[in-house]
Amino acid sequence: MTTDRHDGKRVDEATGTETVGHEWDGIEELDTPMPRWWLWTLYLTIVWGVVYVILYPAWPLVDRATAGVLGWTSRGQLAKEMSIADQARTTVREQLVRIPIERLPENSALMQQAVAGGRAAFKVHCSQCHGSGAAGSQTLGYPNLNDDDWLWGGDLKAIHFTLVNGIRQPDRDSTRASDMPPFEGVFDAGQLTALSEHVLSFSGKGRANPVGARIYADNCTICHGPAGEGDRAQGAPRLNDAIWLYGNTREDVARQILRPRMGVMPAWEGRLDPATIKMLAAYVHSLGGGEDFVEVAADPAIEVDERP
Amino acid sequence: MSDPDKPELIEDGVRKTNEPVSSAVAAPEATTRRHEPHEPARTHLPEKLFEARKTVHNRRIDGPFRRFKWFVMLVTLAIYYGTPWIRWDRGPYAPDQAVLVDLANRRFYMFGIEIWPQEFYFVAGLLIMAGVGLFIITSAVGRAWCGYACPQTVWTDLFQHVDRFVDGDRFARQKLDAAPWGPNKIARRALKWTIYLVIGFWTGGAWIMYFADAPTLVHDFWRGEAAPAAYITVAILTLTTVTLGGFMREQVCIYMCPWPRIQTAMMDEKSLLVTYKDWRGEPRGSVKKAERNPGMVGDCIDCTMCVQVCPTGIDIRDGPQIGCITCALCIDACDRVMAEVGRPRGLIDYATLEDCEAEANGAKPRPAWRALLRPRTIAYTLIWGSIGLAMLFALGNRSRTDLSVAPDRNPPFMLMSDGSVRNSYTLSLRNMATRPRPMEVAIEGLPGAVMWSDTMSRAQAARMIRITVPADSTQTMRAYVVAPADTAATSFAFSLTALGEERETDRTETNFDAPQASQ
Ligand code: SF4
Ligand code: SF4
Repeated sequence: MTTDRHDGKRVDEATGTETVGHEWDGIEELDTPMPRWWLWTLYLTIVWGVVYVILYPAWPLVDRATAGVLGWTSRGQLAKEMSIADQARTTVREQLVRIPIERLPENSALMQQAVAGGRAAFKVHCSQCHGSGAAGSQTLGYPNLNDDDWLWGGDLKAIHFTLVNGIRQPDRDSTRASDMPPFEGVFDAGQLTALSEHVLSFSGKGRANPVGARIYADNCTICHGPAGEGDRAQGAPRLNDAIWLYGNTREDVARQILRPRMGVMPAWEGRLDPATIKMLAAYVHSLGGGEDFVEVAADPAIEVDERP
Repeated sequence: MSDPDKPELIEDGVRKTNEPVSSAVAAPEATTRRHEPHEPARTHLPEKLFEARKTVHNRRIDGPFRRFKWFVMLVTLAIYYGTPWIRWDRGPYAPDQAVLVDLANRRFYMFGIEIWPQEFYFVAGLLIMAGVGLFIITSAVGRAWCGYACPQTVWTDLFQHVDRFVDGDRFARQKLDAAPWGPNKIARRALKWTIYLVIGFWTGGAWIMYFADAPTLVHDFWRGEAAPAAYITVAILTLTTVTLGGFMREQVCIYMCPWPRIQTAMMDEKSLLVTYKDWRGEPRGSVKKAERNPGMVGDCIDCTMCVQVCPTGIDIRDGPQIGCITCALCIDACDRVMAEVGRPRGLIDYATLEDCEAEANGAKPRPAWRALLRPRTIAYTLIWGSIGLAMLFALGNRSRTDLSVAPDRNPPFMLMSDGSVRNSYTLSLRNMATRPRPMEVAIEGLPGAVMWSDTMSRAQAARMIRITVPADSTQTMRAYVVAPADTAATSFAFSLTALGEERETDRTETNFDAPQASQ
């Protein structure tokens, strides 16, 4: 029951509270005073706001915001966090610079960090040619780094050497270099077919034939070996395996004999710091085709530069 | 009622005159009334936009419900303060604390149960059970949770006892409140607030014990060597405990807590509530008046005892309302008064609205427990129980060994120089037992295939690799699987077998990719 008032407002009998004068579907809103702590809470938020404006950047200016007496900025915080992260990386990098690459596998924690760092560096510096999964490209002639076929050796030390010195870098004496002569105009069409067929026979894809065998023995054995086993010392590819960098059809092989393609890779020394190069070596080695250290160490062609 | 209590019946002078009650629904002069309905007409603006809290000085009472409230308070506080100190031997690789939330290592230990992040559904299940539990309680006995077990209630009750201990009971506290500041008042306030602070500190202190080894943490805490988070947490919880329990009190229940709003939707006319039986109590009148007008006066003698004992300061005789937390202290109070004046108890009582109406129409009172058993509460209980059973079942059958496999997708497969095909996988071997266990990872299916890991050389490749996984941890391992040249793309599985007394096995299907068969 309510009492009518001159201004349309009523006093609710049950509670003795005045209504605000609105009615929705018979429900009226009582004009109950708010609790005072509510007001305090409002005042507190105002105080909080003022304090915040004083302490932190708040008012936008043309190219920045007001500084705030604490001098805090989100950029500053980011820079601080980045430098902390850098600091954490520094120790790993220093350790990496100091350790000879062939000793790296003994320190499995460092190795793991190197692989992780190498994975990131690979994406930045190497994926343009070798692909983000390091699978290379047969059409473009970039080698797949996941497999177990290595032109120049696949243990950590050999990979590291390749990374440091690059492939066929004209201004570097220590670079990996090999030269397959072009045979264009040397063989007639029949000889070329016979030779291609014979080369493919090493991996069971073609038929061995006496003409091809003779030409092979005269021209190719010196680098690729009598049975096509290749020679890592001079970067001569194996011909008796299933992996063909430039393709394994007769046309692919014939073209490679006439006008050989030979890849290049930058020498990363000087472009990347020694720690990063070691990380890249560790990562490439970890892709699954990495080889154990064997007697390769005795090979004079694989001399690892240990300068930090 | 005992003699010393007698004068207090009119102690507050709430009812100074014995005016005749003007109508059956005439509102009583309750202490919480803001405006008297019959006061002279006011101006149309309310005189105050904001209103200060009226301090609730609730009066001491004794009775079965009060004793039950004591009991619940002691049990809940004992659980809260005591649990972190229970030790539980889990061997050398796991903590010795029975209940521990190890945030740093993301483990939750609860007696014999250890929960990993990926088993969080157990915690979710517990929360659902807690929710459904509240449904059961609310639909059966209304806001009993609020009245007895809610932390806000328990701590408020504790602080109200502190008030009583320092300042005395209701009347003394009212007098002290009204008195000007003097040495006595200052000393009492200082003592009271110090006790508040100590309670708040203990509350925050107990909380952090759940997150680290309790004895070590106490030691580090006092030496100033604990993590900053520990000190910050204790400070915040001390502050919130004192603010919410010491000063906000019933305002939390009335203005802040969402639960009363939800509860109204969960109760119905069959739920037990603390109810004032107005059909029996009205019109109110003194014993003398009842003698003068037999049959014209109700059972309520308007002594306001029910209002005085109420911890939220409301008048239950106004009907069911949001401020009532169903603590039943008013039942204890009114039952005493009824005994005193020789009338039957239960003028205020736990009753359902339905029963109340039936009784008003002359039906015989129904025992309260009958309200507990009805389809709704039984259905809730069944749901609650089945969740619990399902969880127990899952708990009993969960494996402490887990294998997950992520195949490399870039490139999906690799041709090797001998023509064989290689796929690479990242395996996660999980040993959830609290001791290191030797495990075997093996290839199931994929004839002729062998594998090796990144810590082995290819020469050691085999169909099974043995590896020891440290206690309570996940080991990540890269596996290279090589299958013979003519293998076609197919599916196969990795299995992980934990060796030891109980052999546990997990198995994960995955795919082996291979070049499309040519020619
Ligand atoms: S309901 Fe009971 S306790 Fe409350 S005023 Fe009436 S008689 Fe007193
Ligand atoms: S009205 Fe009664 S049951 Fe409700 S809160 Fe007050 S004392 Fe407790």
